[in-house]
Amino acid sequence: MLGRVANTIYWMNRYLERAENYARFMDVNYNLSLELPPDEVAQWQPLVLITGDWELFTSLYPKVEKNKVIYFLTFDKNNPNSILNCISSARENARAVRAEITKEVWEQINALYYLVKNSAVKKNQTDKQLRLFFTDIKNGCQLVYGMYYATISRNEGWHFAKLGQLIERADKTSRVLDAKYHFLLKSPKLIGSSLDLIQWAALLKSVSAYDMYRKKYGKLTPSGIAEFLILDTEFPRSILACLLSAERCLVSLSGSSVGFSNNAQKQLGVLKSQLEYVDINDIIAQGMHEYLDHIQLKLNAISSAIYNSFFSITPYVQESSQSQKQ
Amino acid sequence: MPKLNFSAYDTKGFYDEMFDENQNIRPNYQLFAERLQKLSQKKLNTLQHATDRAQLSLGMTFNVYSDNQGIERILHLDIIPRIIGNSEWNQLEKGLQQRIKALNLFIQDIYNDQKVLKDKIIPKEMILSSVSYLKELEGFKPPKDIWCHITGSDLIKGGDGKYYVLEDNLRCPSGVSYMLENREILKRTFPELFEKLDVKPVYNYTHTLRDTLESLVDIDKPTVVVMTPGIYNSAYFEHSYLAQQMGAALVEGRDLVVKNDMVYMITTHGLQRVDVIYRRVDDDFIDPEVFNKKSLLGTPGLFRAYLKGHVVLVNAPGTGVVDDKAVYAYIPRIIKYYLGEDMILPNVKTYICDEESDCKYVIENIHNLVVKQTDASGGYGMLIGPKSTKKEQQEFITKIKAKPRNYIAQPMINLSRVPTIADNTIEGRHVDLRPYALYGDSIKIIPGALTRVALEKGSIVVNSSQGGGSKDTWVLNS
Repeated sequence: MLGRVANTIYWMNRYLERAENYARFMDVNYNLSLELPPDEVAQWQPLVLITGDWELFTSLYPKVEKNKVIYFLTFDKNNPNSILNCISSARENARAVRAEITKEVWEQINALYYLVKNSAVKKNQTDKQLRLFFTDIKNGCQLVYGMYYATISRNEGWHFAKLGQLIERADKTSRVLDAKYHFLLKSPKLIGSSLDLIQWAALLKSVSAYDMYRKKYGKLTPSGIAEFLILDTEFPRSILACLLSAERCLVSLSGSSVGFSNNAQKQLGVLKSQLEYVDINDIIAQGMHEYLDHIQLKLNAISSAIYNSFFSITPYVQESSQSQKQ
Repeated sequence: MPKLNFSAYDTKGFYDEMFDENQNIRPNYQLFAERLQKLSQKKLNTLQHATDRAQLSLGMTFNVYSDNQGIERILHLDIIPRIIGNSEWNQLEKGLQQRIKALNLFIQDIYNDQKVLKDKIIPKEMILSSVSYLKELEGFKPPKDIWCHITGSDLIKGGDGKYYVLEDNLRCPSGVSYMLENREILKRTFPELFEKLDVKPVYNYTHTLRDTLESLVDIDKPTVVVMTPGIYNSAYFEHSYLAQQMGAALVEGRDLVVKNDMVYMITTHGLQRVDVIYRRVDDDFIDPEVFNKKSLLGTPGLFRAYLKGHVVLVNAPGTGVVDDKAVYAYIPRIIKYYLGEDMILPNVKTYICDEESDCKYVIENIHNLVVKQTDASGGYGMLIGPKSTKKEQQEFITKIKAKPRNYIAQPMINLSRVPTIADNTIEGRHVDLRPYALYGDSIKIIPGALTRVALEKGSIVVNSSQGGGSKDTWVLNS
């Protein structure tokens, strides 16, 4: 497979995963905001923090307002990571690798694009319309995953697509946990109250983890939630589970299952091992924010290593990799 | 719901593909007309609308050169097909095969022995001064002596009901994906008609294309790729479509490297040798070492590898010389010279401004003629005399006088018309015809074509870049 094409597939899936995550964050937050005291900053600021685009947001908008945050994350052309831009980029990438994907996958990504494009030009959308839109985006992305799963051969392209999705997913889970965990622990008044519970439940729902968490832990506790989202090996959106899956992709792509045969495998193996041999109390003792920050940096390093190991393997190509600003 | 009727349909002054001069339905359209007359205009509009949506969802979009990036258009597909009877098609097929065979011999000759020039069949300067003539190819013979593997000639039908070849398009003819996808869409629009009408299928085009490309090298399982200028090219949809249908890699110039005069593509597992390149990048841009130095679309060294015979380029570079509109005028003589046969498919009468008497005629009769720049295409650089102002005519006369070699003129042909959906009614619109030919072991004409239609009332410019649309083209088996 062409290196450029592999890179394009990898990013196509990262963009899709990102868009889907944004849609879910916002939908959950909407739901949450109905139950909380009307404090726009407290409710909507964490959303921007999760995405890592706080600096850009403050440069574009003087203050945190619900509508501004939603617009920024959904339709803002100035935000490279808005849903509009993510889906557009995913489609551009899909178009560029049209020969590598199936008609089903292409048409669904294309349909998603028209969904966002047509919604972006509608003025004065109601909350109800927007929530419906977020649901459509989530469903639309999941339809792509489903078609990918059902129609694409498990070839190189498949593994690069999966890698992109998993790295992005691990990154987003760590960011959600980072932003919310702090925010919640910082408001001690609320601990144990029903409001507090709603908020912890919302954190889980932001990464579709609520049901599976309840099944495994029953009770909502900060450390239980952190443990589930970072270290669980069965839940598909936990950071460690993502790394374990990503590792299998790299084994398929590299052909060696013992040790490592390239830097991507090495970096990923190191991070995975760290998570395998740590428990949640160690992480809390070390500082949750510092630990999650470390994970995010390592995920970026893994992404660069994948780029250098597979996408740009000769001195003949010089191309800058796409990336998300931290 | 009132059914469609054609009582107000106007056929005056033009050859209509569906109706004869007495308003009677031609035999090839009989069944279709019966089907159509069972529909209401509203139902027809619904079917048309579904087609537009299908095109968007398939991603059959293109960017027009003058537009900003990001503005995508679909090539409007009118759902009323162009239907061609079997005997009419057979004649067309023979004519195209004859023409392509002769033109291929001609290209081989002008880059090698130049007999046609020595025998003064065509003026030497005309060939050597053509911007598309590549001196670098002198003495070169491509694999199997084939230059024009893929052809998409533009034909028109005049008021006399006869086909004429307007352009041969031996470089990188585009549009074949529309022929194929239009058919898929129309099969959904009129499924029952395909069963009854016995329409010749076109689906095997991409299989034949792959076979043609593979036949050019004596390697078991050669690596075949499609080379595209990239995602912003107006024909990108087609490039990716063909690559995907053929199971070939779609590469850009930057995905290829040339080492020791061999061409490789850069893969996730290192370099992989490439044997055949179906390139959709123009000659001038394929190799910045030899041609356009500023080209970012090509691969340095590609032409060198080609001359050494280490890679096959399809179509061969240098075929553009036939697309020169001044050379076109000589094609009847070229066919006679190489094949000893009379031309089956006629040319449109062409005045060569570089020849004194013709030039005089053109200047005196410019208001009746269509004047074309010899090295332009896509409907650009053209004056349609009867539809132009005095000022425009004067401008062209000045240009012709300054550089007569750059201009030819042709009488205005009344392009034939096909009923077309227009603003809640059906009216005749002018069409042309672009069939596709593949030259490998033999010359195969695909039984179908892209019919381009000028959507604007009265217009005869069918180019997609200038408001043209398309129609599916049905060739009947009987």
